[in-house]
Amino acid sequence: MTELRNKNFIRKILSQIPLILLFLSVLNNFDFNYLGLKYFSFNFSYILIFYYSLKKNESLGYIYIFIAGLFSDVVIGTPIGLSSLMYLILCGAAAYLRNITLRPSLIKDCIFFLITILIVNSLLFIILNFIFNYQLEYFDQIINIICTFLLYFLFSNLFDFFENYFVGRTNAG
Amino acid sequence: METSRDDFVIAIRSAFLKKGTQQRFSLLGLIFFSIIFLILGSLNFKAINYIKIAINEVVYRSSFIVSGPENFLKDNYLKAQNHFNLYKEYEKNKSELTTLRSKDLLNEFIVNENKKLKNIVEDYVIESDTILAKVLSDKGSPFLKSTIINKGSKHKVNLGMVAMDGEYLIGKVIEVNYLSSRVLLLSDLNSKIPVTVEPNGIQSILSGTGKDYGIIQYSKKDEIIENQSIIYTSGAGGLFKAGIPVGRLNINYLNEEKKVTFFSDFSQLKFVKIYSYISSEAK
Repeated sequence: MTELRNKNFIRKILSQIPLILLFLSVLNNFDFNYLGLKYFSFNFSYILIFYYSLKKNESLGYIYIFIAGLFSDVVIGTPIGLSSLMYLILCGAAAYLRNITLRPSLIKDCIFFLITILIVNSLLFIILNFIFNYQLEYFDQIINIICTFLLYFLFSNLFDFFENYFVGRTNAG
Repeated sequence: METSRDDFVIAIRSAFLKKGTQQRFSLLGLIFFSIIFLILGSLNFKAINYIKIAINEVVYRSSFIVSGPENFLKDNYLKAQNHFNLYKEYEKNKSELTTLRSKDLLNEFIVNENKKLKNIVEDYVIESDTILAKVLSDKGSPFLKSTIINKGSKHKVNLGMVAMDGEYLIGKVIEVNYLSSRVLLLSDLNSKIPVTVEPNGIQSILSGTGKDYGIIQYSKKDEIIENQSIIYTSGAGGLFKAGIPVGRLNINYLNEEKKVTFFSDFSQLKFVKIYSYISSEAK
């Protein structure tokens, strides 16, 4: 009985890992900047939010994503509400893809993810540059988009592995 | 054709309006909410500002704690790197010390003479009380090169105050909360400060690049700027005192880019000093 309860408890903790990861990623903003790599930066939060909104919708509540966006704005220093908006658009795109997909495939997901982050980053660039007069380096944005897109393959497989072997499938993905 | 349009509308409606399991708010509702946040925030709406300050205080502290393990790894990596360079550094420091000792004797005389002259021209010479602040977070985001410090309005930090790392300028305060503040670093793309390029005394503007260096802008091409010149603040505009060392100039003769390597390493900041400068007359 106790063992069963312990297992349930561990499963509950494991099912909260995406949420914990999301908040850690926005608070810590980890993108390996300190390694000083010139052409490397990616947005882990985008990958996490898109993947979990697409595959396991119930893992990340929209309200938590909204709050994570507010936290991200504070850490990065962008106008408050902007990251929330971008995260929620990403969620919307993932939910749309989920609704129209009959046979999921990683390649299709990746292409849709690329289109979505291109739109989201363009919107971000337009809002920051034209409304809030922030100067952004266009080239850095492109690098960020490319690396985020490429790393989606890696993280998608890692999350699949984590969900299959640690959490266990509870719904059809 | 009609059917595919209907499918699209249904899929969009379902994605944005339908509340999924364990979702308390619809996506569209939250999107509207964040747009309202954004608009009211840009209009400096009071309630939003209070929410922002409250979030700032919580997030800055949490970010400091969460960044602990990463900072620990980073510090150890740098420590190990320093150990490898120890002997080379020692030899370099030894030769520099000999040179500096001889210069120091002359320096004291010049400083005193300079103070007298600045008093005559009523320049900005008097500093406010120094506020020593600890760096809570130094996240180099693609958008903003800034650091968060653990002193705020409670400790009399004001907007526009100057942040220094030892004797070197690193930036200015752009956001003040009750217990924390944000310092915009000189390397930020939005940072522009008036500087003097010595030894020729050329007035120019130092612009951040979003990377770990700055560039010299708006100086006439025919002016002779020497490579390895030292960049000091010029004091124009009255925000900074004249003569604060900023960095060293490296000219790339291929594309005529004038890069400034900052004296202070912004990724290694642990403590910073916060000042404001006021004229002796105002004091």
